[in-house]
Amino acid sequence: MTDTVATPSTPQEEQPLSPPSPPSGLIAVFKQRYLLRLLVQREISARYQGSFLGLIWSYINPLSQFFIYWFVMGYLFGAHKDTPNFPIHLFAGLILVHFFNETFNAGTRSIMRNKALVVKMAMPREMFPVATMLVSLYHVVPQVVVLVIAAVFTGFSPDLTSVVCLVLAIAIIAAIGLSGALLFSAANVFFSDFGNIVNVLTNFVRFGVPMMYPYALVHERFGRFADYYLLNPLADAVIIFQRAFWYPTLTDADLAKLDANGKVVLPDHLLMHGVLALAGSLVLLAFSQWVFSRLENKIPERL
Amino acid sequence: MSTSIVVDNITKEFTLRYHRTFKEVTVAKARGVKTSDKFNALEDVSFKVEAGESIGLMGLNGSGKSTLLKLINGVMRPDKGQVLTRGRIAGLIATGAGFHPQLSGTENLVLNAAILGMGEKELKRKYDSIVEFADLGRTIEAPVGHFSSGQRARLGFAVAIHVESDIFLADEVLAVGDKPFRSKCMKKMLEIRDSGRTLVYVSHSPASVERMCSRTIVLEKGKLGFDGETKAAIHYLEYDKPDDDQELSDDEMGNDI
Repeated sequence: MTDTVATPSTPQEEQPLSPPSPPSGLIAVFKQRYLLRLLVQREISARYQGSFLGLIWSYINPLSQFFIYWFVMGYLFGAHKDTPNFPIHLFAGLILVHFFNETFNAGTRSIMRNKALVVKMAMPREMFPVATMLVSLYHVVPQVVVLVIAAVFTGFSPDLTSVVCLVLAIAIIAAIGLSGALLFSAANVFFSDFGNIVNVLTNFVRFGVPMMYPYALVHERFGRFADYYLLNPLADAVIIFQRAFWYPTLTDADLAKLDANGKVVLPDHLLMHGVLALAGSLVLLAFSQWVFSRLENKIPERL
Repeated sequence: MSTSIVVDNITKEFTLRYHRTFKEVTVAKARGVKTSDKFNALEDVSFKVEAGESIGLMGLNGSGKSTLLKLINGVMRPDKGQVLTRGRIAGLIATGAGFHPQLSGTENLVLNAAILGMGEKELKRKYDSIVEFADLGRTIEAPVGHFSSGQRARLGFAVAIHVESDIFLADEVLAVGDKPFRSKCMKKMLEIRDSGRTLVYVSHSPASVERMCSRTIVLEKGKLGFDGETKAAIHYLEYDKPDDDQELSDDEMGNDI
């Protein structure tokens, strides 16, 4: 057993005296990829531990929402008539909304949930919101697979732009979701009211993006104020996602019909809007990181 | 010898809040009652520890021992003064922290090792000896939620003690393990002390501190009360005085050995 005693890691003279605080910040998180991977794995395998259906629950929740919206919006409100391939439109939007809400909601609670670790271990505390975001991202993958299969059955003809749009939309949501999670997870330690604010905010998200209604409707009703609608990066991300999956399922006849009715299917300069939205989200992320670092110091003693 | 830990005039201030909700705060403000109080958990504490030295840290409950360890560990930062350390820090400060009750012992072992700062390769090398040390048999495959508190402590201890470090912080009374495990732990602690690592040992048991450390620091309400030979420190704390009522010896209490 004697050989198992850990020895001093390196000759002592080589290391300088330094403050023991852990490196912090998002960059430090990605430097400790091994730990991050294990934390993500823990979340994923713990979420459905002891459940018979396991990962299938990740499908059941969005699918049930899909059928509710499909019935109420599509059938009762008649969105099926106005929007060709409305189910694809709806499901594409739902995936992103779900991704954002999960990241934001679970991320906000992540520090409180990992209290035991935060008060005792010296590690970058951004680790927990980041891990939650990655767990949500992991659950996006099977949903996108379902979406692609559904799109193929409705005449999906993707192009290179679709791929670019997919990546761009996911990146925007990931950045903005993470920045919300960072900001609110730290604030939530001080007042758990912030957790409730998140619940209220996520209620708006479903209606603030073109999921249940097409962008054409926004353009029609808002006119030139539609530009303000596009200032919402979440809306941009969803429109871009529609461009990736829903738009390529439309036939020329569909487009001609929409055009004849004077509908603007997608806003102009969509990709440019997307890139700007991503840049804006990254700025917001940097701001959240800054706030987080300021609050971080007081977190262990307030838990 | 080089210095391993420098604690330089540190002060750590805590805020005590009496009222948490909006309603309570408004009522208290209207009545002119104080809503929060500040107090120093640590006040102007300074000392140095040489590399390879093992020091004891004693004091009554609430005297700031754990806060001091958290500052050395880097979990908290001092409000005034500074703490400097040399090399990697590990210890029995958070054994079993982050154990997920629904995951198995082995899964938790891997995660806990990573949380304590063990890399993938280091873990691979030590995995078997950790499992051997924990000595949980087949229980280790079961979810940690089904472990007894003693078994959980064994697993946590086994992982923590295998982490490579230059500074080892021990803040845990090993009161939960059974006797064979406790003596195994004590042996391991002595091995650590003799391996040339810096050791900071927190305990309420004078016998074990005396056995482990030649120098002891006593904290009193956040201030440095005494810094010197362990025997004198125990005397300073009056832990060596027999109590009026019948006192149980360390061994009788099954505490800490």
